[in-house]
Amino acid sequence: MSKKLLLLAATAAMGMSTATAYADTLDDVVAKGYIDCGVTEGVAGFSFPDENNNWTGLEVDYCRALAAAIFDDPDAARYTPLTSTARFESLSNGNVDVLSRTTTWTMSRDTDLGISFVGTMFYDGQGFIVREADGITSALELDGAAMCIESGTTTELNAADYFAANNITVDTVVFVTRDEVTQAYLDGRCDAYTTDSSAIAAERTLFPDPGAHIILPEIISKEPLGPVVRAGDTRWFNVARWTYFALLNAEELGVTQANVDDMLGSDNPEIMRLLGVEGDFGGPIGLTADWAYRIIKHVGNYGELYERHVGENTPLNIPRGLNALWTDGGIQYAPPIR
Amino acid sequence: MTDTAFVRREMEPTLPPPVRTTGIGAWLKANLFSTPGNALLTLVAAAFVAMIVPPLYNFLIADAVWSDPEGLRGEACRFEGVGACWIFIQARLNFFIYGFYPTEEIWRLNLMFLIGIVLIAPLLIPRAPFKRTAALLFFVVYPFVAFMLLAGGVFGLRPVRSGEWGGLTLTLIISLIGIIVSMPLGILLALGRQSKLPAIRSFCIAFIELWRAVPLITVLFMASVMFPLFMPQGVSTDTLMRAIIGICLFESAYMAEVVRGGLQAMPRGQYEAAGALGLSKPKTMGLIILPQALKHVIPGIVNTFIALFKDTSLVSIIGLFELLNTVRAAGSDPAWSSPTHAVTGYIFAGFLFWAFCFAMSRYSIYMEERLHTGHKR
Repeated sequence: MSKKLLLLAATAAMGMSTATAYADTLDDVVAKGYIDCGVTEGVAGFSFPDENNNWTGLEVDYCRALAAAIFDDPDAARYTPLTSTARFESLSNGNVDVLSRTTTWTMSRDTDLGISFVGTMFYDGQGFIVREADGITSALELDGAAMCIESGTTTELNAADYFAANNITVDTVVFVTRDEVTQAYLDGRCDAYTTDSSAIAAERTLFPDPGAHIILPEIISKEPLGPVVRAGDTRWFNVARWTYFALLNAEELGVTQANVDDMLGSDNPEIMRLLGVEGDFGGPIGLTADWAYRIIKHVGNYGELYERHVGENTPLNIPRGLNALWTDGGIQYAPPIR
Repeated sequence: MTDTAFVRREMEPTLPPPVRTTGIGAWLKANLFSTPGNALLTLVAAAFVAMIVPPLYNFLIADAVWSDPEGLRGEACRFEGVGACWIFIQARLNFFIYGFYPTEEIWRLNLMFLIGIVLIAPLLIPRAPFKRTAALLFFVVYPFVAFMLLAGGVFGLRPVRSGEWGGLTLTLIISLIGIIVSMPLGILLALGRQSKLPAIRSFCIAFIELWRAVPLITVLFMASVMFPLFMPQGVSTDTLMRAIIGICLFESAYMAEVVRGGLQAMPRGQYEAAGALGLSKPKTMGLIILPQALKHVIPGIVNTFIALFKDTSLVSIIGLFELLNTVRAAGSDPAWSSPTHAVTGYIFAGFLFWAFCFAMSRYSIYMEERLHTGHKR
């Protein structure tokens, strides 16, 4: 109840103040010389302090990309860890310029809170984990399997709907807490368990033998996670959104951190426009012509970010799945730069 | 006179006590199995110890990972049946103690701690000399010096913003400021509550009742999230500063009630005797009433301090990285992911909290002993 009240009060207060006060975030950011970026307090793969106490992760790299685009310096970002209760208020009261914090894009958030979602950095959703030795490679092969589930959650409903729709019967074994579910799965009481795939991946890293378990490619619910900015500031929204699109376009065009300098000489017009060799697409959004070059040079493209933080060679090992480019069977898709 | 009288000239050798009152058997009977009820309790307790201790020993010591020849990596803790992952603590100790503070500037924190210890020692040890000087330095000069070292920006020290302070350092900063500010503020509020001036009395009552009636989490949340919304645009204050102010006001309300308890225990005769000696009101308070009243409530005061120290971990809900939050955040690093590293971190944080609270508690007992002047029962 108190959360709702706070949100209400925050929204009311925002209505009075933000519309005029934060008219141009980009100018403010350029003036202070860095971006204030809201992150989680530590979620493996997305944002957490590494061994040198530097923030790192997929969402942190988005902020670094933004800083690279504006300042040609990925380190021109400061990170403010935010709890999930304080994140939207911190964004609306100007503590942070962008919120890159495992935030699910929903209609009520997008329309009620005076915030705008930039895009979907990570398509999360309910997934399944199984033992690799069982030889299951798809959720559709789970017929007759025992499945551990937390009781009374949307997880349970989603799974029931999914299996009913696909004419699959599974024996569900229901537990009250997530820890019990994990333990039961580890004890061999079920063949699989289900919850949000990023959470499964994080929990798998805590298993004694993470390599013996695989996450199935099916995602059966929608939890699109993406960066958020304040609503009403079109220029900043465009900067944030096209930073994300630049990451995707770069991957699609095969421009990587390693080959970006060679790509400057490419005669592919799409690459030339992306890297600012031809035309000035940065100017209209308040950036330089080589804005995307800076992003790729300093941070890399989307695929590189993904592989660096949550991909196959990381302990999290989340399959690319929905997060693959549209050309590779996923749904990550960016409008062209032209 | 007959000479048949028998006079013993040396002591008869003492007989050993009856078998049933000595030795281990008797001790067991007297202390552990004196009644059927006690015997049952003993057995239950023994079973409990037998159940708890071996797994605990195995987890904390026998199966624990104490070192990694290949240089502190998470992999060393990734195997079936692993115990505590102590190398995780070893690897991230700096983070737990100093938070995000830049590594090359950590000497400033160490210097700050050192000066603090040197100054506070004479205040805590009754027989140490230079009390007046140390008190002056600690309460008046030290806060400025400490702040200068922490925040930098003067004398060529690199500025370090408060968002980068963290770990045990932040826990200590918050609790120390909380303790030092809430104590005098609490005394003032307690005296104000007993004042005969209605304006002062009502203000103090309102203040105390208001702050005591809201949970600390609410105070922190208001301070960090709502407060900036009420401020005029462009005025930005530090989250940490707002949190500390919130904690100080909150704790001073509690402290006020503890002190008021002591004041109410003072017999009327003390006031009258002071009046008969011709002491003014402030002198009566300062020389007669407060020293006795505060002495009575030492346990209550220390209780509040300990609660405050532990409450500092609540600042994690507004995104400040005090000890507990650093442990939690470091645990989310996938490079360290293992079955037990997170638990190990919590055990470590718990131990640090315990050590500080236990020290405070023992010191308060020592002070009570030293100050007891015949009221003790």
